[in-house]
Amino acid sequence: MSHDASRDVSRHAVGSLPEEAEIIVCCGPGGVGKTTVAGALALRGAEAGRRTVVVTVDPARRLADALGLDTLPDTPHRIDGPWPGELWALMLDSRQTFDALVTKYAPGPDQAAAILANRFYRNIAGALSGTQEYMAIEKLYELHDEGEFDLVVVDTPPTRNALDFVDAPRRLTRFLDNRVFRLLMLPTRVGLRAVNVAAQTFLRTVSKAVGGQVVTDAMTFFQAFEGMEDGFRDRAQRALELLKHDATAFVLVASPRRDAVAEAEFFADKLAEADIAVRGLVVNRMHPRFAPPGSSPAADRERGPLWANLADLDALADAEEEHVAGLARRVGAAPVSRVPLLETDVHDLNGLAAVGRHLFAEPASARD
Amino acid sequence: MAGKGGVGKTTISAAFARMAAQAGLSALVVEMEGKHGLAAAFGAPALSYEDQEVAPGVRARTLTPDLALLEYLDEHGLKRISRRLTRTGTVDVVATAVPGIKDILVLGKVKQLEQRGDADLIILDAPAAGHAVTFLLSARALMDTVSAGPIRAQAEEVLAMLTDPARCRVMLVTLPEETPVNEAVETAFSLEDKVGVDLGPVVVNGLYPPVEGLDAEPAELPAVGGGPAELHPGEAEALRAAARFRLARHRLQDEQLARLAEALPLPQLHVPWLFTSEVGLEQVDHLAAALAASVEALQAVES
Repeated sequence: MSHDASRDVSRHAVGSLPEEAEIIVCCGPGGVGKTTVAGALALRGAEAGRRTVVVTVDPARRLADALGLDTLPDTPHRIDGPWPGELWALMLDSRQTFDALVTKYAPGPDQAAAILANRFYRNIAGALSGTQEYMAIEKLYELHDEGEFDLVVVDTPPTRNALDFVDAPRRLTRFLDNRVFRLLMLPTRVGLRAVNVAAQTFLRTVSKAVGGQVVTDAMTFFQAFEGMEDGFRDRAQRALELLKHDATAFVLVASPRRDAVAEAEFFADKLAEADIAVRGLVVNRMHPRFAPPGSSPAADRERGPLWANLADLDALADAEEEHVAGLARRVGAAPVSRVPLLETDVHDLNGLAAVGRHLFAEPASARD
Repeated sequence: MAGKGGVGKTTISAAFARMAAQAGLSALVVEMEGKHGLAAAFGAPALSYEDQEVAPGVRARTLTPDLALLEYLDEHGLKRISRRLTRTGTVDVVATAVPGIKDILVLGKVKQLEQRGDADLIILDAPAAGHAVTFLLSARALMDTVSAGPIRAQAEEVLAMLTDPARCRVMLVTLPEETPVNEAVETAFSLEDKVGVDLGPVVVNGLYPPVEGLDAEPAELPAVGGGPAELHPGEAEALRAAARFRLARHRLQDEQLARLAEALPLPQLHVPWLFTSEVGLEQVDHLAAALAASVEALQAVES
């Protein structure tokens, strides 16, 4: 396939990140190939001689397939290959990660057991929005903190509400700190009475609506959790600081379609609000350009289907490039990698390596 | 409308609404998740919790669990404290204590819109694939947790709506590519087995329209006025490469369509790839026309 080398600005791309960063977070809208990009970045890290681990939150088995595994375990699993470094992979299990945190911060085994057995607690991992995001951050923090790896790569969950990844630790700790429930367990004091009365009214209504057991479970949970909030909050704070550290690189992944670009811009804005720079932009699934530079295939459209097809693809490449340019401006100085629409999905390490070649500054002639 | 992220669910929802409107039905599109894609598809200003006309015959609105909950609390005499409870996070506590309660509030609101006859057709742009199953399962999940009371009644009514094919069907949207097809098949079986909802046709979005004559050799073709074509330097190579690319995409998508048909015994509606990355009413209407043609083709086969 011929490519227009003059437009190829991916020479420096996100190439150096797997060699320099300690943590890479792949974020972006759903369906753009975050998991594959995370896998390719991790593979590159191992090829650069680093001890690398990739954490996926994608329950579809794509990354497992690509790494030649049936399923990914929830603890790091080593993948052997002809690279000087190490490549490990694991699949995030939010519940187990949360359980481990509870066990770590509970003052004793009895309190840990009481929390782990509580029905309200068991709902948290599945039902409380933001929990999976927070657990991804927690796992990343843990893997980095233990020092077994030089590079941790993570792909972010396909969040229901666009992003809130960075906000997740704060949201969860606020939830665990819940004022209303703590007030309910305190003797009523003047000044707190208004809140307390409102909460009591509400809880009575809830009890009537969904059953008293639900409220009892929640109260029991918050009682059992009493005293652990500080530990949780401190750890969440440290995890958040790690996300904002220079050694952590956020890579924004998008596709060049208008809706995906709009969502990616939203992500970029949210990261900027959180004071986090996008260190690399990967635009996946770009249509190749076939028309020679300086030609205008649209003018020859009427000459027949071959020309009309060339004109269609050229117009598409133009439109995509325009969207990418807009997105690239939004993320400032971050390098941009363009990955073309590949003929097949990524099924093995060769496929990951092929994605990697587009990510990491291969000369245009080496492209397929 | 359900499907994996990035398959064009929102655009298809918009096109489906326009198709319904053109057939004389009033359509209401409901957007969840606080995205902005739907308004953009119609070239309309941002949507709100109140519905607004976005194109002739089509109204649209948002429906988020938080606002649905506030509305529910307001309607049940808790207006005074509802906002404070949202602010203090008590609502999150309840949502965690009773998984699925937020989803049931959204679906309950949809049911209310349906029963009130707000539109002939309500199109819900549902959460992305895996979430869609959880979302639609919320009624059954709640009925396991809650044995009596208004929430239980709500869940029962929602389930009655979801499982009545005359009132509700789920349409899956996918792309003619490997992973989206796999996920569509998985989601379809989960929805049928776990939720008991009836599935409508599968919408396959983004199909390159077939083109005849792409295997011709550019240099041998006559020019428009007769005689051999004059080609610029590099033009023949570009034309060949572009044709090869297009033919390869056709082969891939035919394979995926066949795979989908084999794995999922549902009629398929085919929607073309648009050679623009723009989205607006013009594009939506183009897709609506293609959908209508695809529906007619299905009906012709059935009769």
